[in-house]
Amino acid sequence: MLLFLARRIGVMLVTALCLTFVVFYLTNLPAKLETLAKTQAGSRISDAEVVSWLERNGYNQPMLLRYGEWLGAVPGWTREADDGSITGRCYRLASVTEPGAAPVRCGLIQGYWGNSTRFRADVANVISARLGATGMLMLWVLIVMVPMALLVGVLAGMREGSRTDRSLSTFAIASTATPEYVSGVVFIALFASSAVGLSPLLVSWGVIEGPVLFQGNARSALEKITFWNFFLPVMTIALYGMGYVARITRASMTEVMTQQYIRTARLKGVSFGNIVLRHALRNALIAPFTVIMLQIPWLLNGVVIVEVLFSYPGFGWVLFEAAANNDIELLLAASVVAVVVVLITQLVSDIGYVYLNPRIRIT
Amino acid sequence: MMEPLTWPQIFAQLGIQFWPVWVALVLLYAVSIRYRRRLGLYGKLFDSKIGMFGFALVMFWVFTALFADLILTHDPLAQFSGMRNAAPGSALRDPGNGYPHFLFGGDALARDVFSRMVMGAREVLRIAPFAAMISFMIGISLGLPAGYIGGRLDTGLTFIANLVLAFPVILLFFLLVAPEIQNTAIPRVMAGILFLMPVLFFTVLLNARFFTQPMKRNLYVGSVLVVGLWAYSGLAFNADPLGVWGMSPNLLNVFVAVVFVNAPTVFRIVRGITMDIKTRDYVAAAQTRGEGPWYIMLWEILPNARGPLIVDFCLRIGYTTILLGTLGFFGLGVAPESPDWGSTINQGRRLLTVYPHAALAPALALMSLVLGLNLLADGLREESLKD
Repeated sequence: MLLFLARRIGVMLVTALCLTFVVFYLTNLPAKLETLAKTQAGSRISDAEVVSWLERNGYNQPMLLRYGEWLGAVPGWTREADDGSITGRCYRLASVTEPGAAPVRCGLIQGYWGNSTRFRADVANVISARLGATGMLMLWVLIVMVPMALLVGVLAGMREGSRTDRSLSTFAIASTATPEYVSGVVFIALFASSAVGLSPLLVSWGVIEGPVLFQGNARSALEKITFWNFFLPVMTIALYGMGYVARITRASMTEVMTQQYIRTARLKGVSFGNIVLRHALRNALIAPFTVIMLQIPWLLNGVVIVEVLFSYPGFGWVLFEAAANNDIELLLAASVVAVVVVLITQLVSDIGYVYLNPRIRIT
Repeated sequence: MMEPLTWPQIFAQLGIQFWPVWVALVLLYAVSIRYRRRLGLYGKLFDSKIGMFGFALVMFWVFTALFADLILTHDPLAQFSGMRNAAPGSALRDPGNGYPHFLFGGDALARDVFSRMVMGAREVLRIAPFAAMISFMIGISLGLPAGYIGGRLDTGLTFIANLVLAFPVILLFFLLVAPEIQNTAIPRVMAGILFLMPVLFFTVLLNARFFTQPMKRNLYVGSVLVVGLWAYSGLAFNADPLGVWGMSPNLLNVFVAVVFVNAPTVFRIVRGITMDIKTRDYVAAAQTRGEGPWYIMLWEILPNARGPLIVDFCLRIGYTTILLGTLGFFGLGVAPESPDWGSTINQGRRLLTVYPHAALAPALALMSLVLGLNLLADGLREESLKD
């Protein structure tokens, strides 16, 4: 088990290294650096000014070297100004100018995540603040999604081919066919529009006080989460993720229900409810567990779409802003976080699978 | 000026407007149901209600894309005065000889939402099936040897596939589909590698089968190479001497990104199935006969893996459609005027709470197409499991 863990973590580190290098390469292409210079120093600067801006800010070195700097494996660049003060990567990050006051290396290994050019703040602060907001969103998504998916899957799978099975399966398929940007748009039009949908109707009946039933903008959920401002974003993500988990649960449940021990239990005269709850459910939930874990990184897609659509400033929104403004260090940090989330969920799902299913042994 | 249409009138007019689609659908279903016993898996689809319904949804959009010019009521790119954010069924101020109403209203730039939705079907169906097909050929050409030969090759290819899969799709799109990237060599290089795969696939496929009959082999492989390399030069490098094949840098960028995201998943599926099938007796029999590895992979294993692969192909077209919509939603890699569904939703979402119709029409269209593909896949899976 320990060997397995060590190997998995080793592969994880190599993967993370490769992926961050790819992100670094793609964000540091000459054309992108030029865009960065223009957004930072004014869009009308000449080509010569772009070159000098890049040189002043340490972007003119070979890419591999700068990747090393970012990682913290290579000493950060320094440059002596005409008046004798020293600037450099580490001097800026530590905001000092006296020679020798800053550490030699300053990268990820030393805990320096860099500065965001878009938010003009420390990347670590930006990311950690936004991750909290997204964590809240994900928590509620999982609270809504997992029980709903398992319920639908188990109800559909316990009597294969029945009418319940047919209608629930079709519902699950329909939910996987509705991407977040479709369901979000439909939800806003139905529930959060003062001109069309349900809200004007409810207002005219005097059922609700405000102009709309649910809020189409989730920014207020940052201070205080209420049912009315958080329901639509959570449902939008949960609905798309739910269908897949429900279908896996159904498949796993139908397989378990054909097993010999279920037949034995039936012949012994155990009631159907008891069979489902006591005998079938536990074995049927192994496959969905893995899928739910692997679903988490996949929900990230939905998180970005939903946070942009409902203007909820979380991690996905930061990722969008960073990409739109080519904010290199923020984008790198965000991709490190995203990649780590993916790899950790993979690891947890593997380990959990072994614990849940004693027939599998890893060495 | 004419009276605006009411909702029943709008639906009646929709029924009339889509007449080529109805005719084509009725013909297709009549012929298919008549001869379904002779049509193999495709014919069996008509035994399952869900499969039939899904297939009808898919073919509805396919025929819409084909006959788009007959169906649409106005030029999807033209702006009409006084129709900004017009409600569904509004009458045009000065219709001239054209159709006097906007069936689904106008968008923020006073264009006809209905015609844009119809044209959007063509945009989406021009890319999604082909992207899925190329992904499949890449997945198959790499997954078969990885599963069959195993060893170092398998470890290496699986590591690369997992590397791509560990990337959040959206991050990859933000990085890969951008105007700055289009000016670099990256999309061309990736296209050069990715598009070479189908040519190689068909060459090896035919060579493995016919290398004992050199005359036939030379004919088949030769024609594949001529057509394949001709298309390859045009699609990947825009260097087609005759100018038949070609892709705008925008489209190529989107295409490459979508294929790049899809291929590793296909690879994993094919690899898994191959590892399962290679233990079967007929594979052992072929090995004893002395068949080469490529013959066994392509002519023994692949035909026997077709069931799950066809099902996944339908799902993958749906997923590709969703991905294309995501790209459009973030305004990545599409021309600003383009009527494709994703970017139309993106443009419509700004005024969503006041004028939702501009975003709703393409959203529901996209959903129904993907739903159709998923139901079709479900029907196919059910029918292929029956025997």
